[in-house]
Amino acid sequence: MAEMLAQGKQPEVLFWVGCAGSFDDRAKKITKAFVRILNRANVSFAVLGTEESCTGDPAKRAGNEFLFQMQAMMNIEVLNAYEAKKIVTACPHCFNTLKNEYPELGGKYEVVHHTEFLKSLLDDGRLTIEGGQFKGKRITFHDPCYLGRANNVYEAPRDLILKLDAELVEMKRSKANGLCCGAGGAQMFKDAEPGNKEINVERTEDALETKPEIIAAGCPFCNTMMTDGIKNKEKEGEVKVMDIAELIANAQDL
Amino acid sequence: MSYLDNILFAILLVIGFGYFYTNVKKIIRNINLGTDVNRSDNPKARWTNMAMIALGQSKMVKRPIAGVLHIIVYVGFVIINIELLEIIIDGLFGTHRVFAFLGTTYDVLIASFEILALLVLVAVISFWIRRNIIKLKRFANPDLTGAPKNDANYILYFEVVLMTLFLLMNASDLHLQNVPGGFSHFIKAGSFPISQFIEPLFNGMSNELVMLLSEIFWWLHITGILIFMNYLYFSKHLHILLAFPNTYFANLNPQGQFDNLESVTKEVKLMMDPNADPFAAAPVDENAVPSKFGASDVQDLNWVQLLNAYTCTECGRCTSSCPANITGKKLSPRKIMMDTRDRMEEVGRNIDANKGIFIPDNKTLLNDYITPEELWACTSCNACVEECPVNISPLSIIMDMRRYLVMEQSAAPMPINAMMTNIENNGAPWQYNQQDRLNWKNE
Repeated sequence: MAEMLAQGKQPEVLFWVGCAGSFDDRAKKITKAFVRILNRANVSFAVLGTEESCTGDPAKRAGNEFLFQMQAMMNIEVLNAYEAKKIVTACPHCFNTLKNEYPELGGKYEVVHHTEFLKSLLDDGRLTIEGGQFKGKRITFHDPCYLGRANNVYEAPRDLILKLDAELVEMKRSKANGLCCGAGGAQMFKDAEPGNKEINVERTEDALETKPEIIAAGCPFCNTMMTDGIKNKEKEGEVKVMDIAELIANAQDL
Repeated sequence: MSYLDNILFAILLVIGFGYFYTNVKKIIRNINLGTDVNRSDNPKARWTNMAMIALGQSKMVKRPIAGVLHIIVYVGFVIINIELLEIIIDGLFGTHRVFAFLGTTYDVLIASFEILALLVLVAVISFWIRRNIIKLKRFANPDLTGAPKNDANYILYFEVVLMTLFLLMNASDLHLQNVPGGFSHFIKAGSFPISQFIEPLFNGMSNELVMLLSEIFWWLHITGILIFMNYLYFSKHLHILLAFPNTYFANLNPQGQFDNLESVTKEVKLMMDPNADPFAAAPVDENAVPSKFGASDVQDLNWVQLLNAYTCTECGRCTSSCPANITGKKLSPRKIMMDTRDRMEEVGRNIDANKGIFIPDNKTLLNDYITPEELWACTSCNACVEECPVNISPLSIIMDMRRYLVMEQSAAPMPINAMMTNIENNGAPWQYNQQDRLNWKNE
């Protein structure tokens, strides 16, 4: 972003990578897949790079409002200094926080999830999707809580899967009734309370009931939880967990 | 002497409504124990919510069997209560079936009351079977044993008794209407599609006995209704009234949007202001109560959260959709609401006993009712909020209590503390160097 500013240019969109997308080995693959699509579609975009910091979502959901607002205000200062207008992110937690909780603190931007952004590229004819290797494959989509229930985005990811000529199969609990993967509310960073099952295993069972070849996700944390669930069920050989961005990038051999 | 009945009836009404009124005042007082929150914006959306969700039952039918049965009882309750108007006028002025002059309309009205009464009976019996024979999981959960379970069944028994009395009352009336040449004041009025099948019950009895029975049914019916109305205060059945304000005042923001604590914003802004004098003494305000972060007791919650607690009818849809509860954790969103109400009522009784002032009782909602283990099991997924047929938010209470645990007591689980330290030190929930954020670009 700093480089663009130095050249006197404003990008069309700022790509908020997020902590998972920056550091987590699995999520980095999603980041790179999304970037390849942006390049293919000739989207002028920028990232904050080392100037990006955690949005504060896990701190807020854990109850640490102080830490959240500190993070928020620091990020807002950076974003406002760069005059960011439109932000896209592949993490529903960053998406929700930036979109809903930053405006009141002085950070007002148009924030979209990467599945919505990809859908808009498609609708504008800037990106064409062909099924490629996913044609006819059985794909089920796991709704991330912070994309679905929290912000009512259900159709964009599904539209993209259908564009791959894949067979979209729904789990018994989907869309507004979707079951959490178990990572939200800062659970990602702690052990679960005593119970009789892990939430991600329960959710993976929902997914496996649909006999999918691929479980599609739209969130790096859901991705981890579902991947772990698949390992727990020893199905790594048969079922893959992939982000929507990866599906599209792979279909285009990007 | 002939006015004795009417006076007795008037006294009954005054006692019934009077006691109800004092309890309604207590409910309002208890809800006002909560902190302020502004829910007066966007009245249009609020009225729409109320019309769709409370009046229109739109969220009930997400589970079709319970939804349809509930709509029958709900419509029955609302429509049959039109009859209550006639009963009150008859009772006060000694008339009999005062609306009979409506003719055909009256026939249609009475007929529809009767059909609804039968449907309500069927629905209520189905509800009872679901609770007590089939034992649906959400009704058999440990948070619904004892008093709450009995409460639910009492309500069902009440409805069976009231509907039966209504039909018996009509049947005996019909029997006397049919006496050749007429009997006493029993004019021919109304149409009785259901009670006509009960009417033969009275064959062989003297007209005077049937009349006495008819009056007993009439009195028991109205007394039963008044008792039921007053039972609401002690019961989860308050939802029949509070569902309306509850849906009106419910949160309109996206479910993912959690409120930003204003008191924190002030402090953070001060911290980040380069012109702020770090050594300046805080402005002294004699009356200022140091603000508490988050909630440990009902007085720290806002009034909408307390209204939520009174509105909850303990249906358990929230709990049955909660990922933590599904996987055997202690958290039950329904229990969060029930605990909040129980504690609020305890505080209310404390205030009543101490002439209007709350004397600290060394108890709090946190720990004495809701344990940290329950609070930390929440994934903040909003399934409970989405499921609630009357837009209650257990999640907002969970979050406010976590805030208290973390910001007032520093009592977060160890790994959560580690995560927060990482964010503070290196701007990510894991221990990575901020300078490595862009490394993915070249990997």
